[in-house]
Amino acid sequence: MDLHTLTLAKAKEFLAQGKISSAELTSAMLDRIDRYDDKIGAFITVNKEEAMAQAKVADDQIAAGNHKPFTGIPIALQDILCTKGIKTTCGSNILDNFVPQYDGTIVSKLKEHDATVVTKLKQENAVLLGKTNLDEFAMGSSTENSAFKITRNPWSYDYVPGGSSGGSAAAVAAQFCSGALGTDTGGSIRQPASHCGVVGLKPTYGRVSRFGLVSYASSLDQIGPITRDVTDAAMMMNLICGNDPMDSTSAKRNVPDFTQALTQFEAHSLRGMKAGIPREYLDMEGIHPEVAAIFDQARKVLTDLGVEIVDISLPHTEYVVAAYYIIAPCEASSNLARFDGVKYGFRDKSTDDLMEMYKKTKSKGFGPEVQRRIIIGTYALSAGYYDAYYGRASQVRTLIMEDFSKAFEQCDFILSPVAPSPAFKIGENADDPLTMYLSDVFTLSANMAGVPGISVPAGFSSAGLPIGIQMMANRFDEISLLRAGFGFENAIDLKTKLPAL
Amino acid sequence: MKISTDEVEKMAHLAMLDIDDQLKETLSEQLSYILDYIDKLTDVDVEGVTPASGAAFTSNVLREDHLKVSPGPEVTLANAPERDEDFYTVPRIVK
Repeated sequence: MDLHTLTLAKAKEFLAQGKISSAELTSAMLDRIDRYDDKIGAFITVNKEEAMAQAKVADDQIAAGNHKPFTGIPIALQDILCTKGIKTTCGSNILDNFVPQYDGTIVSKLKEHDATVVTKLKQENAVLLGKTNLDEFAMGSSTENSAFKITRNPWSYDYVPGGSSGGSAAAVAAQFCSGALGTDTGGSIRQPASHCGVVGLKPTYGRVSRFGLVSYASSLDQIGPITRDVTDAAMMMNLICGNDPMDSTSAKRNVPDFTQALTQFEAHSLRGMKAGIPREYLDMEGIHPEVAAIFDQARKVLTDLGVEIVDISLPHTEYVVAAYYIIAPCEASSNLARFDGVKYGFRDKSTDDLMEMYKKTKSKGFGPEVQRRIIIGTYALSAGYYDAYYGRASQVRTLIMEDFSKAFEQCDFILSPVAPSPAFKIGENADDPLTMYLSDVFTLSANMAGVPGISVPAGFSSAGLPIGIQMMANRFDEISLLRAGFGFENAIDLKTKLPAL
Repeated sequence: MKISTDEVEKMAHLAMLDIDDQLKETLSEQLSYILDYIDKLTDVDVEGVTPASGAAFTSNVLREDHLKVSPGPEVTLANAPERDEDFYTVPRIVK
């Protein structure tokens, strides 16, 4: 059996049945990373020895019947999630030596789910395989902005994997891990998932604790799963969601069993569901014909499954990108001010003047895209411009949120492309930030409105590159996304198609 | 709107960035171009619209005030680029 081919759900089943061990599974993944990752560049850090040690502990737990769903499952984490004792770089020179002294909440959950239940301590004990590459501080759509390396698309090495969670998406597509976590501020889970032919889910804002996620734009950032299929995404949602006292923006909401979405589909198909297609999306210029064709096909597939297509309107669509590229850089300029060469990370030691030290540290530590966004944010927040830029963008954001609330009175989910074109070639858009920003139009809206969105593989371009479709649902209704996504995935049956490396 | 190199320099100073003349030129062009695009926000009628203050929609989040043990200087200062015993050090401020 080629163990790397197992989905997360299958691996969990086989581990529980004793058909495979976590040590075998983990070493199969590590061998594969060894063989292929110098071509793909998905990982910044491979946690080799510790991962094998975790796998052996997991095997003992399983043998003792003391295991949980993620016990022994090899998971990759985007290198912006703090991991105690494992370097966390955010793809930036300014943090190239930063070793967190604590785990983010999500990482704690992967390690031990019920740590507070002292009487019967059942540890989750997933295997932390390593930390994946990303655009520096998650700013970008191609993973070309990492300070350390570019990540290549496992389907075709001349192409980008998308971004910013390009390393996590490539690692899942290359079958380097059973599943991965990424972060999504403007599409950074969904767009690379689409470009790499895997499933990416951005949960509702507040669904998942952000404690231990290095902040980029705090009102937009959200952690979510990148997996081989929708079933695996539902499983990961069960692990990562829930209120956390360490993140005051995390929602005090009951967390459903997300796998019920799959049983709902099995019982009722997608009958009774309504999919809204915003007329503003249909009128949009610049959608690649292959993306448009796959979108049309997806619409038909969903109709055949019993979905009723309704015409909806999101009137402020035209302003989403502009409002986002004020709000995100403003929040970034504030969040990134903490990297000053004093408490952690890189310090330039060539000067004995404090101001000079700050300036040289930041200018040498941050890459060009990060500096660009800090300067935009600083400009938009500076005296005299605040109302015209940040104030106005926040008002437009309210209108965008209202558009979505109204739309979800008419439909269960909104159907759209993920990106206007398939993955582009490495270097193709590097000198044109605005074109890169505009390519985020379909995904940004979910972050602006705080709603969940999923990207599910839907087909291939003529060059053989994957193309996904996006579904967005109302706040806290990830169940609808998983149900529709699962139905769609089953109907088109691309499930087993992963790239040959 | 044209963002001059002087304005870029001023913003860089506020953001504590040290940028050379060539980057100033590039950023002046790119920012002008990006902000021109962003100016489309002035087409939206926002009269009387309350600005969104995030996406959490929560009211005050309160909790009991519990005493917790501090992680201590070894943990807190573990990543300090330069330290002197239990203190961070920076270049001399008072000269």
